[in-house]
Amino acid sequence: MSRLLLALFAAAFLAAAPASAQNVVGTPANPAPVPPRALELEMQQMLTGGRIAGRVTIPDERAANLIQPAGQSWRDFHNTTLTWVGGIAILGVLAVLALFYMTRGRIPIEGGPSGRTIERFNLLDRSVHWMTASTFVILALSGLNLTFGRFLILPLIGPEAFATLSLWGKIAHNFLAFPFTLGIVLMFLLWAKDNIPNGRDIAWFKAGGGLIGKGAHPPPAGRFNGGQKMVFWLTVLGGAAVAVSGYILVFPFAFTDIAGQQLAHMVHGLLSVLMIAAIMAHIYIGSIGMEGAFDAMGSGQVDLNWAKEHHALWVEQEMARGRVSAPPAGAAAAGD
Amino acid sequence: MARMMFLCDAERCIECNACVTACKNEHEVPWGINRRRVVTINDGKPGERSISMACMHCTDAPCAAVCPTSCFYTTADAVVLHDKDTCIGCGYCFYACPFGAPQYPRVGNFGGRGKMDKCTYCAGGPQQDNTAAEYAQYGSNRLAEGKLPLCAEMCSTKALLAGDGQIIAQIYRERVQQRGYGSGAWGWRTAYRLEVQS
Ligand code: HEM
Ligand code: SF4
Ligand code: SF4
Repeated sequence: MSRLLLALFAAAFLAAAPASAQNVVGTPANPAPVPPRALELEMQQMLTGGRIAGRVTIPDERAANLIQPAGQSWRDFHNTTLTWVGGIAILGVLAVLALFYMTRGRIPIEGGPSGRTIERFNLLDRSVHWMTASTFVILALSGLNLTFGRFLILPLIGPEAFATLSLWGKIAHNFLAFPFTLGIVLMFLLWAKDNIPNGRDIAWFKAGGGLIGKGAHPPPAGRFNGGQKMVFWLTVLGGAAVAVSGYILVFPFAFTDIAGQQLAHMVHGLLSVLMIAAIMAHIYIGSIGMEGAFDAMGSGQVDLNWAKEHHALWVEQEMARGRVSAPPAGAAAAGD
Repeated sequence: MARMMFLCDAERCIECNACVTACKNEHEVPWGINRRRVVTINDGKPGERSISMACMHCTDAPCAAVCPTSCFYTTADAVVLHDKDTCIGCGYCFYACPFGAPQYPRVGNFGGRGKMDKCTYCAGGPQQDNTAAEYAQYGSNRLAEGKLPLCAEMCSTKALLAGDGQIIAQIYRERVQQRGYGSGAWGWRTAYRLEVQS
């Protein structure tokens, strides 16, 4: 046993010997290692997007990050990229919609209102829609306030009033996140089966859809046409991504570190402004942009002629099931 | 007026954490919040160094640039301060700050962030100097009394230096010349775009 140990020591000594043999001139056997250089480390981490971190004795692991140069890129994102992308997307969509309204005006029901209606969305459908929509609007406004408020609202109402407004905005944003998320989940459960893309949607887009296409009716569509399917998936997938990234921000550092928080914020901010721009177009078509469209989410009963123009296949199905209201006394014949 | 800065000489810092404790005590900083901390890099390895870090009071401060309520301001001494009455605790300053300086009490929705707290360079806040109201929100205001930040003043090895940037850089340079080595001024490039010869 002791022989074995001796042999091991000898082997270890021999292995170490050549290294120490080089250090015999003057310097101690344990030369002071070159200290890390602040400047070089900072430059390197700035270029590679890493950070300088170590150990701390306080029980807060975030404090162990000494320098995180990535904060500067996050600052650039928040102050430059997000402001410009958001500003251009939102103002751009507004301009396009205004231009469209001025040139094409309101899209009418071509055959005129028939006076007969068909139920498009029941009370549950509509409740889910309006819960999601109303919370979306407040989330959007309170979120945009964080991006643009200091430039647009702060100078108008002063720092105290703006702080109060923003604080309430933050509280609303945090709490309304929950009904919004519930709305996204319910929408998915209620409508996903009718929103699976199919070949008809391609034909529908080729013909310019229900808004841009001129003259002839757009190709027949089922319960949802290509454009509506796009809005649906944008809302469900975009909403889910915005919600997940949002919860990461609401519970800071519960799931991830500083780099993850910054990424979650960037995803959240960017997707949010793009969704806001897209939903503005959705709001336009559902309100002033198209005659007869609002009723679908208003009373839930749409005019039969509107339904036939935009959802011919769906109307056929519903007719077959006998779900169309009886014509009111003295109503004109359905025009087609 | 001087351009106030912090400089931590990592060759002198012995990680005693006295600056951390002194700061907490001087300003009665609440539980869970540390305006200053000591980070040890290369712990237990060759080249181990400890660095005391707090808000560096940056030139062109990133926190101020991103704050949605624009609640930061810079004093004549170049100290970066903020107004807790207009802070909403969004946490953006922590994402932008290169030094992890902003701290948040966990009092908001779902235990989320309350109003941000950070090192004031012992210079209080926007209220009247040295009033009870100022002390309650920001801690003591030593600068208004003609004193420098307590952390640096009581540092036993004088590793942590506070004061006019040019003067403390000169002290550091002389030290490096005498002992022949130094790892540089941590954070100076990031905070002030300055490099101290060492
Ligand atoms: C569904 C769940 C959501 C959650 C949990 C959530 C959470 C958050 C959080 C925590 C912040 C950081 C600021 C703060 O604390 O207030 C934020 C910012 C923001 N949110 Fe949301 N949010 C959600 C949905 C939305 C939606 C639907 C929109 C837009 C339609 C939106 C737009 C924004 C915007 C624009 C910002 C500010 C970005 C910036 O300027 O940096 N959020 N969100
Ligand atoms: S160190 Fe952080 S909190 Fe202090 S001024 Fe710089 S960015 Fe702001
Ligand atoms: S937490 Fe307060 S100080 Fe920091 S960016 Fe948000 S509002 Fe400004």
